[in-house]
Formats: sequence, structure tokens, C-alpha cells
Amino acid sequence: MLSALLAMSGIAIALGAVLGFAAIKFRVEGNPLVDKIDAVLPQTQCGQCGFPGCKPYATAIAEGEADINKCPPGGEEGIQKLANLLGVDFKPFGGESIPKPKAVALIDESNCIGCTLCIQACPVDAIVGAAKQMHTIIAAECTGCELCVPPCPVDCITMQAIEESAANWKWKYPVYALTASK
Amino acid sequence: MRKLHQFHGGIHPPTNKAQSNQTPIVQANLPSKLTIPLHQHVGNSAVPAVEIGQHVLKGQLIGCAEGNLSSSVHASTSGMIAAIDKQLVANSSGLPELCITLIPDGRDEWIELDPCLDWLECTHSELRLKLRKAGVVGLGGAVFPSDMKLHASQQKIKTLVLNGAECEPYITCDDLLMRERAAEILEGAQIMRALLSTEEILIGIEDNKPEAISAMRAAVLEGKYQGIEVIAVPTVYPGGGAKQLIRVLTGIEVAAGVRSTNLGVQCFNVGTAYSTWRAIRFGEPLISRIVTVTGNVSHPQNFEVLIGTPMDELVAHAAPLNGTRYYIMGGPMMGVPMPSMQVGVIKATNCIIAASKEIFPPAQPALPCIRCTRCADACPAELQPQELYWFAKAKNFDKAEDYHLFDCIECGACSYVCPSNIPLVQYYRFAKSEIWAQEANQKAADTARERHEFRESRIEREKREKAEKLAAKEKAASAAKTQRTEQPPTLVKTDVNPEDTLQLKIQTAIDHAKEQAAAIKPLNTEQLTPAQQAQIDEIEAQRARIREMALAPVADHTKG
Amino acid sequence: MPGFFSPFITKPVSVSQIMLNVMLALIPGIAIYVWYFGPAILISLTLASLTALSVEALMLKIQNKPIAPFLKDNTALLTAWLLALSIPPLAPWWLVVVGTAFAISISKHLYGGLGNNPFNPAMIGYAVLIISFPVHMTHWLSPNGLGAISLSFMDQLNYIFQGTLPAGVKLDAITMATPLDTLKTQLHLNGQVKEILDMPIYGRLAGHGSEWVAAGFLLGGIYLIAKRIISWHLPVAYLTTLFIIAGIFHLIDPTHYVTPMFHLFSGAAMIGAFFILTDPVTSPTTPKGKWLFAFGAGLLTYLIRTFGGFPDGMAFATLLMNICVPLIDAYTQPKVFGKKEKRS
Repeated sequence: MLSALLAMSGIAIALGAVLGFAAIKFRVEGNPLVDKIDAVLPQTQCGQCGFPGCKPYATAIAEGEADINKCPPGGEEGIQKLANLLGVDFKPFGGESIPKPKAVALIDESNCIGCTLCIQACPVDAIVGAAKQMHTIIAAECTGCELCVPPCPVDCITMQAIEESAANWKWKYPVYALTASK
Repeated sequence: MRKLHQFHGGIHPPTNKAQSNQTPIVQANLPSKLTIPLHQHVGNSAVPAVEIGQHVLKGQLIGCAEGNLSSSVHASTSGMIAAIDKQLVANSSGLPELCITLIPDGRDEWIELDPCLDWLECTHSELRLKLRKAGVVGLGGAVFPSDMKLHASQQKIKTLVLNGAECEPYITCDDLLMRERAAEILEGAQIMRALLSTEEILIGIEDNKPEAISAMRAAVLEGKYQGIEVIAVPTVYPGGGAKQLIRVLTGIEVAAGVRSTNLGVQCFNVGTAYSTWRAIRFGEPLISRIVTVTGNVSHPQNFEVLIGTPMDELVAHAAPLNGTRYYIMGGPMMGVPMPSMQVGVIKATNCIIAASKEIFPPAQPALPCIRCTRCADACPAELQPQELYWFAKAKNFDKAEDYHLFDCIECGACSYVCPSNIPLVQYYRFAKSEIWAQEANQKAADTARERHEFRESRIEREKREKAEKLAAKEKAASAAKTQRTEQPPTLVKTDVNPEDTLQLKIQTAIDHAKEQAAAIKPLNTEQLTPAQQAQIDEIEAQRARIREMALAPVADHTKG
Repeated sequence: MPGFFSPFITKPVSVSQIMLNVMLALIPGIAIYVWYFGPAILISLTLASLTALSVEALMLKIQNKPIAPFLKDNTALLTAWLLALSIPPLAPWWLVVVGTAFAISISKHLYGGLGNNPFNPAMIGYAVLIISFPVHMTHWLSPNGLGAISLSFMDQLNYIFQGTLPAGVKLDAITMATPLDTLKTQLHLNGQVKEILDMPIYGRLAGHGSEWVAAGFLLGGIYLIAKRIISWHLPVAYLTTLFIIAGIFHLIDPTHYVTPMFHLFSGAAMIGAFFILTDPVTSPTTPKGKWLFAFGAGLLTYLIRTFGGFPDGMAFATLLMNICVPLIDAYTQPKVFGKKEKRS
């Protein structure tokens, strides 16, 4: 009886020592979590999460101040990725934050008055133009954040959903035909 | 006798070639219209070079190559451009692409061509330019612009492989081309050899095409060519895949993502060699090709077809039978079902199979995978398809990539042998396109992050620079004042907020501009009609409103 | 044309046909079984088949999966046959039913059904029976001519379903231990291999009668390899391993360790090599993995037979190696086309 107890406590102490040693020896310095979260976020910089950009949102998530379901452009896939990264449960979108189809902004160039307001609003410098010159959007750089839409004094910016075309078309998930109803 | 190598796996589906290779190539009649897609090749879509209503001649350029990796598109016959719009084309997606519709005038009148009697006198770059202008692309199915593949690289390219294997069932267009036009194929190969400066040309033909092999061998003897060898390779699907044929002929394995030229081999289809010869010698652009029409028709055979010919008009020449549900472009293993029977023949169209229920029975429902590894035994890329299937099905794309998803050549051998009828290739295509889309998204996100961070730092920098400039200026000014008057300086704000000063300066500038604007009177404002005046007033009012609206948020912005 | 994708043609071989071929390959062995041990085995085969099909249907129904295509795939039938062949033919009817039901419901369907079970269902069924009902599992029929009395078909039927024997017949008179079991017991009693093998229960190579049943399974296995239903790697590697290890021990001490041929032709070695290890669902998929798996199974079979507590080790060897399959597969992924090291 006594020897068994001794053996058990001996093992417990030995294992505890190993764990403790490992914790010190393999310590991870710093907190790369913010960068990891930021890497998952879609970088639209749209502010729909309530933070002034993706990095601030990532910081807020890392500090536990924000939920993971506040990023509509990332879609449910994005929430899933965040959930996996942080080891928390998936959380569906709530309230107003519902993902929209991907879109790019388009300036109706005949109505543009060249006020530069949209240029100042664009978080990724995707609008080209100068004062009193017509502006245009570099579609390839546009993240679809919609931040340029409200400042436009003449409402000449619209969001154009990106349609499926032969160039961006994807193969569909094969249908598994075997079901009980057949 | 050359020692041939083997590749792993492969299958032996019924070849079904005898139906269509009994009769010679027939010239297809001029169709009622031609639908010519501008994107028939790998790379950027061509840009329309004609206008609606314009009359074009046969061989005239109608689509300009755009960028480096692109190809030209030509009018297949003379006629009138009826439309330039999006139409259904021969592609996997079934989504419309930009096409030029040409109504033939029936005269089939050639544009003036630029033949080259002795290509040896041309420089290599001239030859490549001619090929590029002629829109020559790989006709084996990959449709890669040929001029891009015909650069001698730093690595010595020892071997030019000419692919006449034609391993897919039903297809016989290369077989017939080699039987009937062997000499011209060899001439084209000679041009390719010169451009690549290779030593040897190996022509691989599957041993189920004895006529083609003997025709090619006879042509080699007749032309007294040196260093060209016609080699019969075993008939096994996918022995005509470029990687597999290179392996069989040279023993070299070209891994996914590796250029074969880096390993000293380049590979072309025999049809491409033929088109190369026509393009160089006669200046003929690629406006027609040989197409096998087979399947649910009573006279399966090969036709020389103008690019853009509607498929149903072409199939009509082969006496179609009832019960055809759709057309397949290519063979039954890797072919593409056509979104419509009217789509135009493109440069990649080697075969059209009229598919009926009898020839291609509908797929059985898929059962679960029993891990029998018949797919692994058949896979020519030596993959473990059952593992890839597992990961693709679970959308575990990282794992799928780890298990070499991108080495899959989508030959379909795994699906063919699967006893559970699992559409394996479908899962791999799905996984691949998802991964590509994810990569594109990630790239876009990275760009956006970079641009956003740059913008933030730029705004920061501009603020700082302005503040510094201002501070320096004021310092200089105050110093000057002190020096000049030796009086105590009048209240210099040292703790001035640079933003306030900035606001002040902007305001001054705006005022100044306003004054100036007021001083200048437009030259053409005298003698205006009342209507014009009203128009001007209206515009001015609008401008004023806009200015008002524009100013408010600016003020906000600068305050913040 | 949406809904149709390449390849448009398939080789007309189905799971159902593969399994049917495997069952066909079992028939020579079964026929010899009947010849030597009487028709009782046919009763347990039928019982097991009926149980397997009904439990399979029930499980599919509960999971709301389609019943017809899965019943037609013959996998449940094959499991039933393999299990019935590893149970003593005179076992009471409920033993067969319980074993088969457990194999199909727990070890197959609760793990996800066809293609997802990590363990060979027939072997799980066997393991459950031998652990739960060890006495019933050791009453093997004596081969014809060896037992004191031979039972007629009706007598066997009566015993299986009602547990009654004809008047005056005792159970001991018609049953005996298996050759492997007898060997183990006798060796334990300090017998010598040579003397033990002189007992009437033994034949030329191994057990009288049972050696020919094993030969029947070998024949069936060769048929399967010839038809390319199974690959030769697993059986060859397994039998070779067993042969070599048994050979080494036999060379060291022939008085205590039987010949390698005895090992190959007794117990479940033959049926296991060709019909149980080769179950695709529970064996590795990589070529190297197959070698490793069969090697491990051969080694374990010998160790359990010679040093372990059970007379035969095939079932437990299979199950133990089944556990290792995911690991083996993960670590034996072959190099793909163009990505191999330079061949020397």
C-alpha cells in the first residue's frame, strides 16, 4: 500500500517536473496573435465591424474586446477560420451584419465633379483623380468597402456586384447522388 | 531499337477509333455563320480589331493579341462582321464569352498572305513573330501560344518530342493528319527544331495507329531527315499526355510546376507542327483544323473545319442519328460537355462526340469509397486519389495540397476504374478551383493591407512634414523679426496647433483663389441668349450647392 | 450541358461484383469444409447471411440511408461468411446471430458504414464472441472419421437450434479442440512436437482435414489475385513473414516449435491472408504500407499463437494492425511523378 502510494506520488512529481521544464524551455515569446488574426481578415478596411480597419479589429479580437462574427466581407468562412484559429465556437452573423455578394465601386464618370472626397475616403488608395478632374476607380484594387459611396456629393458612385464569368468561374462541389429518397 | 520507359498506372478503355479513321479527311462546307470566340487560347483574351458591319477577308486579323501571353484571332472566311458580343462558347463553365460573329459571303476570298519560300533565311525572332501573328497555338488541347514555347532556353534542349500518341478513345484527327500530311508535319517540326536548337526529334505514336506510323516513317525516309525518329509507343491511356509521353520516350519525369525545357525536352502536338509549317511557309493563319466527328452519327469521320463553324452544322455532315443529348468536345475521358449544340468550333476542338444514352450511359449513383486503391493503381501521376478524394470532399484543401493535388492531370483514369462510381476528378477540379480562388482572395487581401498601411503611413508622414515645415518657417520668421527690430517679438505662438495653422492657410488660399476667380471674367459670357444664361445660372447654383456639401466634411476631416 | 462531366465512360466493375468474386473464391474452401466436417457450416453460413442482411437493412433504415444499393453491394454478406467460417460450426444459433449482429451494427454502421469502419467487422465479431463465450467457441467438430460418432444433417440442425443431441451421444464424442489448440495444450504439458504431431488429429502438414480447407482458401486466393480483385502484396507478405518467423524458431528448437508449413496451413492463416487482411477498408492503401501491415500481422499472429493466451492469433493480429492503418498510411505516402529522388 505504502509503496504504491510512494510510486504514484513519485511519478506525479517526475511528470510535473518534466511539464514545468518544458513550459520554461519551449516558451513562446511575444503575442503574434494579432498578426495571425489580421492575416485571416479580408482587408477590405470597410469598418463594418465598428473598428476603423482590419488591424484594429484584429487587435480587439485578440484582446477579447470584440466578437468574431463582426466581419461580413469575410463571410461565414471567415468566422470559421477565426473560430479555428482562436479555438472558440463558430458564431453566426447577428443583426445587421449580413454578408453581401462581392462588389466593386463604379464612378459614373459623366456625373463626377472632381471633388476628391471619395479619394480621401478610400482606405486603399484605389481611386485616381485630382481636384476638378474626373475620378475613376481602379477596379483591381477596390476592396468593395463602400466607404466612398456616402461622401460623394452627387451620388455618382454605385456598387457593382461581381458577376460570375468564364474568367472567375469555379467548379461546383459534386452532388452526392445517393439519398434515401431514391 | 530505342529503349522505351514506362509510366505508372494507366488504363485500357475501348479505343473506338475504327469508326472514324476509315475514310480520308473531308473539307467541311462553308457554314451559314461563324462564331469565333476571342479567347481560344491560354492567356489574355484577344481584343476585337474589327467593327460590326465591316467586311473582312479570309485570314484577316479580327482579334489582336493582348499582352505577352495571348494569341491572335483571324477571320476564317471572307464575309461581314455581324456581331461582337458575348455568346455561349466551347468552354467548361458554360458561361458566355466575347465572340465575333461572321456571316460568310460565300466567296472565301483570301487576304494577301506573306509566304516565306525559304524560312532558313528568316531570323528566329522573325519566325516567332510570324507564328504569333498567325495565331498558332498548341492543338493538342492545351492551346498554349506556340511562339512562347519556341524559345531556346539557357538550358540546352536536347529533345523535341512530337506528340502523335492520341491516347483518348474516339479521337482520330491526329491519326488522319499524320497519314495524309506527314511531310508537312515534318517540315513544321524542322522549324521547331531550329527555333529550339534541339538535336533530336522523337515522334511518339501509339501502336494502335500502324498506318500513321508507316506514313510518318516513309516521310522521314523520303525527306532524308536526320535525327528524326518515329517511335511506336504502347497503347495505354493517358500515354498521350505530354508528361507521360516524355517519360515513355526519354525517361524524364516532368513534375508539376516544372518546365520541361529546364529538363531538356519540349513537346508539341503533330497538329501544331503542321500549322507551324502552314503559317511560316504560306503565311496562313490558324483558321481551320482537323476535327473528328463521331459518336451518335452514321458516318463518323474527320473534317477540315473552319474555326467558328457551329458544331451542329458540322455534325450534320456526318449524318447524325436520333437520340443525341449533347455534344462532347474532346474525348470521353477528358472531354468537355458543350453548353449548346450551336457553339463554334475553336482551336482546341479536336473531336466532337454526339453523346446519346446508349454510348454514354448516365453515371450510376456514387457509393462510399472502400479504399480499394484501384485509382492509385491507375493514376499516372502516382498519386493516392482515395486520399485526395477524402480531403477534397471534406474541403480540407491544405491537406489536399500536401497530398499533391496539383500534380493531378485530371486524366480521369481514377474515375474510370472506381468501383464505387465516385466522380473523383470532379472533386479534384472543385478543390483546385477553390484553392485558386482562395489564393486570389489572399493575394487581394495582402495587396489591400499593403496599400492601406502605405496610405496610413503616408498620411502620417504628410502631417508630420507639414508641421515641421510650418514650425521651421515660423521660427525663421520670428528670428528675422527679432534681428531687424530688436524689439520684443509680438506674441509668437509657440504652442500653435499645426492643424489650425494649416486650416488658416487653406482658408487663405481658398479666399485668394476666390478673389482671383472673381477677377477673371469668362471671355465668352457677352451676348448670351437668355436660355444660355439660365443654363449657366443653373450650373452655378449646382456648383454652389456642391461646394457647400463638399466643404462640410472637409472641415470635419481636418479637425479630426 | 450541366450535370455531365468527364470522364463519360467507366469500367463496368462495381463494389458488388468485387465482393461477389471474393465470396465465389471462398467456395472451394467451404466445399472442402463440408466434405470433412459435415454440412453444419452451411447452416451457420445461412444464419449469418440472413442476420447480416436484416441488421444491415435495419441500420440503414435508422440512419435514413438508401437500403437497396447498400444491400446489393454484398459487403454485409461477405462479412457474415467470414465470421461464420471462424466460428465452430456446431455453435448454437444465437452465437452466430449475436456475433454477426454485433459485427454489422456496432463495428460497421456505428463507425459510419461502408468504407468508414476502422476495424474488420468479421474479426470484431469473432473477438467479441471468443471473449464473451469462450466455451462455446472451442467446441469444434471433429473431422469425419476421427470423432467417435458422426452426426447427420438433421442431428446437427437439432443441436444448433435446440441444443439436443441424439440419445446416448455426448458432446465430447463429436467435438474436439482445434489442431492449434491441441498443440498448445500438449506443449504446455511438456509434450514434444514430434510426438504431438503423431496424434490422429494431425494430417500431413497440419490439422487433419483443416489443412485441406486451408488449401481450398489458398486456391480461392490465387483466383482473386489472378482476377486482380486483390493485390498480391498483402497475402504474400503476410504468409512470408509467418513462414520466416516460424522457420527461424523451428530451426532453433524443432522439439518445441512446429514447422512453418504447419503455421501456414492451420488456423485462420490462409483465409486471413487472402480474405481478411485484404479487406480494402481496413488495410493500408500505400504499397509500402501494405508490406508493413502484413509484416506486423504475420509477426503478431505467430507471437500470439506461440506465446499468447489464445490458440490462434489471426483475428487479434488483424485488429491490432487495423489500429495502425492511419498511421502507416500517413507515413508511407509514396513519392509522386517527377518528385522522386534521383534513381541510382
